[in-house]
Amino acid sequence: MRQIAIYGKGGIGKSTTTQNTVAGLASIGKKVMIVGCDPKADSTRLILHAKAQNTVMDLVRELGTVEDLELEEVMKVGYGDVKCVESGGPEPGVGCAGRGVITAINFLEENGAYTPDLDFVFYDVLGDVVCGGFAMPIREGKAEEIYIVTSGEMMAMYAANNISKGILKYASSGKVRLGGLICNSRNTDREDELIEALARKLGTQMIYFVPRDNQVQRAELRRMTVIEYSPEHKQAQEYRALAQKINDNKMLVVPTPLEMEELEELLMEFGIMEVEDETIVGKAEGAA
Amino acid sequence: MSDKIKNIDGITKESTEALIEETLAAYPEKGRKKRAPHLGANDQGSGSACVKSNKKTVPGVMSARGCAYAGAKGVVWGPIGDMVHVSHGPVGCGWYSWGTRRNLVSGINGVTQFAMQFTSDFQEKDIVYGGDKKLKTLLEEAKGLFPLAKGISVLSECPVGLIGDDINSVAKQSSKELELPIIPCNCEGFRGVSQSLGHHISNDTIRDYIIETREFAEPSSPYDIALIGDYNIGGDVWAAKSLLEEIGLNVKATWTGDGELEKIAATHQVKLNLIHCYRSMNYMCKVMEEKYGIPWLEFNFFGPTKIRQSLRAIAERFDDTIKENVERVIAKYDPIMQAIIDEYKPRLDGKKVMLLVGGLRPRHTIGAYEDLGMECVGSGYEFAHTDDYDRTASEMPNATVVYDDPSEYEFEKFAHALKPDLIGSGIKEKYVFQKMGIPFRQMHSWDYSGPYHAYQGFEIFARDVDMAVNSPTWKLVKAPF
Repeated sequence: MRQIAIYGKGGIGKSTTTQNTVAGLASIGKKVMIVGCDPKADSTRLILHAKAQNTVMDLVRELGTVEDLELEEVMKVGYGDVKCVESGGPEPGVGCAGRGVITAINFLEENGAYTPDLDFVFYDVLGDVVCGGFAMPIREGKAEEIYIVTSGEMMAMYAANNISKGILKYASSGKVRLGGLICNSRNTDREDELIEALARKLGTQMIYFVPRDNQVQRAELRRMTVIEYSPEHKQAQEYRALAQKINDNKMLVVPTPLEMEELEELLMEFGIMEVEDETIVGKAEGAA
Repeated sequence: MSDKIKNIDGITKESTEALIEETLAAYPEKGRKKRAPHLGANDQGSGSACVKSNKKTVPGVMSARGCAYAGAKGVVWGPIGDMVHVSHGPVGCGWYSWGTRRNLVSGINGVTQFAMQFTSDFQEKDIVYGGDKKLKTLLEEAKGLFPLAKGISVLSECPVGLIGDDINSVAKQSSKELELPIIPCNCEGFRGVSQSLGHHISNDTIRDYIIETREFAEPSSPYDIALIGDYNIGGDVWAAKSLLEEIGLNVKATWTGDGELEKIAATHQVKLNLIHCYRSMNYMCKVMEEKYGIPWLEFNFFGPTKIRQSLRAIAERFDDTIKENVERVIAKYDPIMQAIIDEYKPRLDGKKVMLLVGGLRPRHTIGAYEDLGMECVGSGYEFAHTDDYDRTASEMPNATVVYDDPSEYEFEKFAHALKPDLIGSGIKEKYVFQKMGIPFRQMHSWDYSGPYHAYQGFEIFARDVDMAVNSPTWKLVKAPF
């Protein structure tokens, strides 16, 4: 069983990419489980055709204790026999979402959700590794492979570099490795070259360049993956190819995150960031 | 079965159910509905639980329960004497669990045993930046200061689980660097409904980190056993161990009272596990049965009747040598026990006792009171599960009240109605009942006394019960209410 965690800047398309990739793996006969690690609980809707499934934490809140929870109540099976679980958690601003992730993953382990017939477990994790809870999926004995979803936009790359720093911390004491960057294209200039350059600097690879295509949104309106909605469409082919790449990937590295200056240089090289003119720093518009 | 049914004058199923009804009437509807299944009248012949258990305490009523950390630190891990036990988190949990349980330990403090308070003393900065580095430093310091410690347990307090510190990874790394078993135990207090989950988590860590990592130095014998689920409260382990040795068994390890890490780690080599506290250690007995084929047997060393039954049941698992030894030992102690009964029974005969203790004693001690002529008119547990209540049914007299995780109100109400001559429970209950003019013994810690286990313990038990029940003090005081 390979356990894989997907990280990336919020809104970059982690959940969409994860579910389409998982659908791709399912279509080549792989047994997969998705564990959504985000209080928003939107990591499984395209597989289940549901608005949101009952999350582990929803039921814990209802029942009072996690001990009274049964696995069947929180694990649903969707397209391609993909098993789906959402950790859930509090609304923004209260409680501890990180602990929700820990509670949910402990629960799955203790209740035998990780069955030997599974080929892959995917953790779709909220944004960055902001606290110990969101690092739970990459602790020892869990995911050993991480893919970061990014695009050619500055903040997405900045986040990818930050996530690499988090991975470095865990890689130095454990087995977790970076498997590559997935470029979820936003149609910026020279995007593929830029992400490839970033990947090289991080010591990894751009495992796939997913072109932008509105077919993804059309499928999402029906709460479906492209692979299920229009298996013949060229975008479905792209996700199947990504799935195959991940399936075949052997390049797992300890990342070498960039210093801020190095990252900025790269952005300047590709014209995303302008060269800073130190002489104008701190001067108001009206000043000479 | 019918000849074994014991009834108590004035207590019927109807009277107990009416008492429960009356007690529940004080609650608002929601609370009443939740509490009702946790109170019942015992059906002695049924052999099954008459109450629901192991559920979340109802908000608003005071509960006598502890937390998962308490179950791990205080109960299972703490009594292992030759280890350093680290309370990982803010200082309070470690401080207030230090030495309060009276699990006695042999050896020299700081040299061969480490019954001290070790804590990482979390501050604001450790919450914000994480406590991993501090833990690593602490482990190095503990090893440096106490080089003879056989291992270290890291017991998580609540905040460690909240911020998601990976103590398992720190323990693994430090264990390698310090060449010392370091056991991470994720027993955050908020996990589970009581300390019971802490016992389970601790059993799991023994399974994952300890068992089978050592071997006994001496050659094995068919009489090798381990004493499981005895925490040496007031010296109980010593009393039980000497009796087991007297019948010819080799007690290779004690879990975990006055326990030694390396002997616990080699317990997979024994021939039989004898388990006293089923609630807190049945998990590891089952693991050892499944994994190593070691059978296990529950036994009860409270009071001569139960000791006699238990010794004979133990002898059944061995050859004639042990069987003969057991009969010889019973014959030796019977007159001594009879002398104790002759002394105390006249003063205790017909007296009533009510109990509320942890997960074993509410059923296991009933026989000892009965040996002294006393009757148990009500019993209940803080954190027992259904299988404990199943085992309770046959021990308690018929139709007596059984209460699971009772509130202070329920317990007081039952005491008012049943007018016991003695209540056996914990420190939080003690003064409430003494102020009501009811004699009381703390039955978690043996009230600064003990041991109460085995023949040696019965004499002390009888003396203490007599001392409490028949103290002239109670004639001099009158409750003002």
